[in-house]
This record gives sequence, C-alpha cells and structure tokens, in this order.
Amino acid sequence: MLDLLRTRLRQHIEPVAMPADAAALPPRFRGRPAVRDASDAENRRSLPVIDLGRSVFAPEELSEDDHGAVFTRDYRMATRTREALMTTGGELALAAALDARMRALLGRSLRLRSVAAGSCGGCEAELTALGNVVFDMARFGVQFVASPRHADGVVVSGIVSANMRDALEKTYNAVPDPKIVIAVGACAISGGVFAGSPEASGIPSSIPVDLWIPGCPPHPLTILDGLLRLLGRAT
Amino acid sequence: MTQRSFLEISNRRGTRLADIPALQVEEFATQLEARTRDGWRIVALFGTPEARARLTLVGVVARDDAGELAVASSVVGQRYPSISTRCRQAMRFEREIAEQCAARPQGPVSLKPLRRHPPDHAPVEWSITFRDREAYSFDEVSGEEVHEVAVGPVHAGVIEPGHFRFQAHGEEVLALEIVLGYQHRGVERLLEGADRNRAELVAESIAGDSVIGHASAACGAIEALARSRKTPRAQAIRGIALELERLANHIGDLGALSGDVAFHPASAYLAKLRGECLNLLMTISGNRYGRGLIRPGGVAFDIPDEMASEIVRRVERLREDVTPVLRLLFDATSVQSRFEAVGVVTQDEVIANGYVGPVARSCEVARDVRHDFAYGVYRFAQIPVARAWAGDVQARALVRRLEIQRSIEFVIEQVSALPRGAVRVGCGALQPSELVVAMEEGWRGEITHIVMTDAEGRVRRHKVVDPSFHNWPALAGAMAGNVISDFPLCNKSFNLSYAGHDL
Repeated sequence: MLDLLRTRLRQHIEPVAMPADAAALPPRFRGRPAVRDASDAENRRSLPVIDLGRSVFAPEELSEDDHGAVFTRDYRMATRTREALMTTGGELALAAALDARMRALLGRSLRLRSVAAGSCGGCEAELTALGNVVFDMARFGVQFVASPRHADGVVVSGIVSANMRDALEKTYNAVPDPKIVIAVGACAISGGVFAGSPEASGIPSSIPVDLWIPGCPPHPLTILDGLLRLLGRAT
Repeated sequence: MTQRSFLEISNRRGTRLADIPALQVEEFATQLEARTRDGWRIVALFGTPEARARLTLVGVVARDDAGELAVASSVVGQRYPSISTRCRQAMRFEREIAEQCAARPQGPVSLKPLRRHPPDHAPVEWSITFRDREAYSFDEVSGEEVHEVAVGPVHAGVIEPGHFRFQAHGEEVLALEIVLGYQHRGVERLLEGADRNRAELVAESIAGDSVIGHASAACGAIEALARSRKTPRAQAIRGIALELERLANHIGDLGALSGDVAFHPASAYLAKLRGECLNLLMTISGNRYGRGLIRPGGVAFDIPDEMASEIVRRVERLREDVTPVLRLLFDATSVQSRFEAVGVVTQDEVIANGYVGPVARSCEVARDVRHDFAYGVYRFAQIPVARAWAGDVQARALVRRLEIQRSIEFVIEQVSALPRGAVRVGCGALQPSELVVAMEEGWRGEITHIVMTDAEGRVRRHKVVDPSFHNWPALAGAMAGNVISDFPLCNKSFNLSYAGHDL
C-alpha cells in the first residue's frame, strides 16, 4: 500500500489544458500547413490548394516551391464539410458547433461507438489515447461505448474495406436517431495512402459525416479539438 | 548424387534470381519438411505469377541459432500436389497462396480463406472463381451443452476488427477459430505499384503501431537491391527509433494488461509513459509513430546534439518513472494470480508452428532477428535476448519487462554516442532480376519484406510477412482449456496485429 502511494506521488499526472499550447509541441510536429507570405495580396491568387483530407502530412508533401508552404504546429484542423478541407494555402474554416437542438439533446455527454474499417490501427491507437490520463476526454463528457445502442454516434476510421462495409452499415443503423458521424484520419476521408485500391470503398453516402478530422493519424489534440468544436465547447 | 538444395543467403543481401535453386514441387515440399524437422522454420512461402500460366513458389527458411537463412523455389501450374500435406508448418502459407494466387493445391488440406478477397497475384491465364466474401464455413464442435459464442468484427472497445468464434462448454473454451481479413487493404499490390514514393508511405501504414519496423524492413530491402550503404549515423538513428517503438508498445501493453485485471494504478501510469515514448518519436520525426523518418538511403531527420541531450534526459527520466511502476505491477500477488498459468503456449508448439517474437521468447526459444541475423546498428551494439520459460501471460509480460529495460539502456547509449556523418545517402536504381530478404525485429517479432525485381529492375513482387501472420494461431491454441472470461487478458498478452496480418 505504501509503495502504491509512493508511486502515485512520483507520477506527475495532469491532463493537458484545452485549448492546448501549440508551442509546447515539438518544432518538427507537422500540423496545419500554411503559406509564409499569405498576406501578400498579389500572392493570394496563386496560392496552392492543399487538400487536408488527402494529406498524410509526410515531410515531403510541402516544398519551398509552394510559396514557401510549411507545416505549422497548429493542431486544429477539424471541419464540418469535406469541401472545407480543400484549403487555399492552408487557410481553414474550423468546425462549427452542432445546432442548438442537437446540443440540447446531448446535454453534457457524448457517447461514441468506434468502427475501425480497414485501417492500419494508427487512428484507433490515437482514439484510445484520448481516454488516458493526459488527454482525458472523459472530463468533457466524451466516452467510447461498447454498444451502438448506447451511442450518440459513430467514429469511422480506415478506408472502409470491402470486408468491413457491411459491419459499418449495421453498426451505424443500430445507433438510435438522431446520430452523428465522425470521420477520423486520411483513410476514412479520402482513402489516404490506399486511395485507388480495389479494396477501398470509402464511407457510403448513406452515412452522412458531420465532422472530418484529417491526419495520418490525427494527433489526439486534433481529435479532441474537433470534438469540442462540434459540441460548441471550444474556446 | 548431387541433389539440389536450398541456397544459403544473408539478411538484406540481394541474390540473383538465376542462382535460386528451382526444385520439383514434391522435392521442394520434402526438403521443407526435412528442414522444419531439423531446427529450421519457414520465414516465408509465397507465390509470384509468371508468364505462360505458371506460378513460382518461393520458400525462405531460417535456422535461428546458427544464424542461417536459405531460399529455394518451385514452378507449378494451377493444380499441384499440396506442400502442407507433407510439411505442416506450410499450412497457413499455402492457404495464403491459394487465396492470393488462385492456386489449387491437391491433397487433404484446408484451404479456408485467410483474408477473403479475390486473388490479386494469379497468373493472368488462370481461371478464377471467387465466391462471396462472406462465404466461410466454421469448424463446429457438437455435443450436449456445447455452445457457440461469436464476437466481432466490431468489438466492445476501440480496437481493430476481427471475428472470434468460440466453441464452449459452460465457461470452458473447447476451440477458438479466428477469422480475419476485415483490415485487408491490398497492401502488397500497392507496394508493387510504379510509384516508389507512394510505396514508402504504404510501408509505413502496414501496421500503425509498427511504422518504424515495417518501413525499415521495406527500405532495407530496397537499399540492398540498390546497393545503397547507409551511414553508421543513419543506422544508429533507425535503431533508436525502433527501440522507442518497442518501448511505446511494450509499456502500453503492460498498462493494458494491468487494466484487464483491474490493477488501475499501473494501467494509468503506463498509458501516460507510453505517450512519452511516442512523444520522443515525435520530437525526432514530427509524428508520434515515427512516420516520415525512415526513407531509402537512411533517415529524413537528424538528431542534432542539443536534441540528443534532451532525449537522453527524457529517457533517463522515463527509466526513473517506469521502473517503480513495473515493480508495483510484478510484485502484486493479485496480478500474478491472474497472469500465471493463463493462455499457455508450449515450447513444442513454438517450434512446430514457427512462432516468433516475445511469444517464442517466453517459451525459452531465443529467436531475435537483432541477435540471430544482426543488421545495421545491431551488429555493433548487441542487445541480450530476453527470455522466460512458462509460456503463459506472465511469461510474455516478463519478456516485455526485460525488453523495456534493455531498450532504455540501448537508446541512452546510442543517443549519447551518435557516430558523425550524414544521415541519408543516395538510393538509386535497383539491380535487375534479384531477390532480397529483409528481416527486422519489430516489437511483435520478425517482420520480413521480400522484394523481387524484373529484368528492368522494377519491383515485381513485394511480399510482407508480419509477425502476426506467424503468431495468430498461437492465440487460438492458447485459449483451448481456458475460460472465455480470460480471453481479453490472453488476447492482450499477444496483442497481435489485425492490419499487419490482413495487409
């Protein structure tokens, strides 16, 4: 028992504050891309279109030739529409909150069912990390649940492989209305590095997505920020 | 009499296709069988389509204690006498060949699909009959009070999809059948595509928790075929990244095991310390899983002096933090009573079925690519092979605890004394008509990438064998005789990859 307490005292456990301090992320962290000279009106018209939904945030993706486009440490990237991820030089309309009725229905809790549907396991690892003592999404009332019947929505990750399409649709249909859908990661949004594979079918149109969270995989802060925006609780 | 036999090869050294012995398929099977009885095991056995309706089967075998690797091939038609009727260890490989290449091995063998997808590596002339993806017949146990429990592909937690079918009597599991393929993305075809830059990114996405392992094996194969020689500094940084990946997963899994037996303090602390390992990888590469770091010819990011001292400081801190938590976990009798004698794998099973990684090492089978087929930095900085003997959940946890300690020491040592030099060299055109086997000791065990080039030096076959491909049957075997309620604990002690298996 004493050992337990001694060990507890050693561990400095404090959940990360939200919004998090982007400057605390390492300098090499690859978040939202931005063009250095975006303020120049002359330049604005020729800014490159960067599709965050296709990006896997690989270091080679941006080069100095793209008007000096660089990855910034800004981890906030979730949007309400697929189109909003098509940025001009990285400028982004971040996700707006759900309508008042839906927010009133949810109250202070959001229960989600995760469906990994043809992924590498990376996005699920970050979704799991949201529950740990550092990101601690439970403090915001967000929780993953076992049964779709207990859920307010589904989180989809992966390319939606041919072998998972049916299971995804069944899970979605088992969630009571009204429900929300969150697409996490490049694979769910665009197929990611697997785009074009005959096994990738994508999220079917019968499953309308409310929140798009880009990344490969998205940093837990990116996911948490997106969820809080959707709930109208991001500041 | 000069009977042609397997050709000795080396880890990460190209071999001319013309030098690989081509055996009659019966002889190929007989020699595979003789070798698996004689201390060798099958590393890979796969098909690659040829012109004129032929299929080349390539077999790679290893004898770990002697550090020997050997290869042979056999050219067959669509119907050929099955290999696994002679050589039991070839069973899963032959199921894969039947599924990927539309081959029809003849004999009393089970050819149940492993991933349930249409053949994508069949010779163009062969007729292909692909049934429904859902078509799958389960083994059943009949008898009074025997019942079936079906779980998945969508599970209770946030995990990858797979289907588990238990045949149970009361709580006792009589048999477990594991059906995978839900994560199948067509990885090998994409690796074989023309775009090499994209292939690098695909290699990083084979299994999201083994980014460094798979990317290093894939690059190792490509570098060998390009005769590109990495600098010692690049090799050291790859080793550091691989051990950080091992640390993140071992620490995270021990935390998850604690959670499964409701030992919450260790579960909470270890989850946080896993995060610190990922953050170290992010400091180096900009991504928590090390994406973007491993590139052909070396690494894309250097570790400057200032960062090196920061890493040493943080890993020393990690050692201080993790040691008392592990002591807490392994000293708790309530934990031990849940870990011991659950999910036992025997040494005989390891040897007969060719299991790898911590699963093998927890049965006193000291297989470790870093030691047996040393490559890169591991030729100079040897890590002792961690072992345990009981083969149960406790033994697998113990192996991971030892590996945590050793990886921490390795990282501190390597980061403190990085060799000088560039971190990336050129990696140009590939040698034509060659084959290379690149093995890497990922945290789950042996990751193998085999690349074959055509006469123009293009990649014509890129075979991936994740350690989970070898080890999934170990979990099924270990469950028999246990109770269903111990399944989550047992499963987590293996923590096999669905994505790595399904490709």
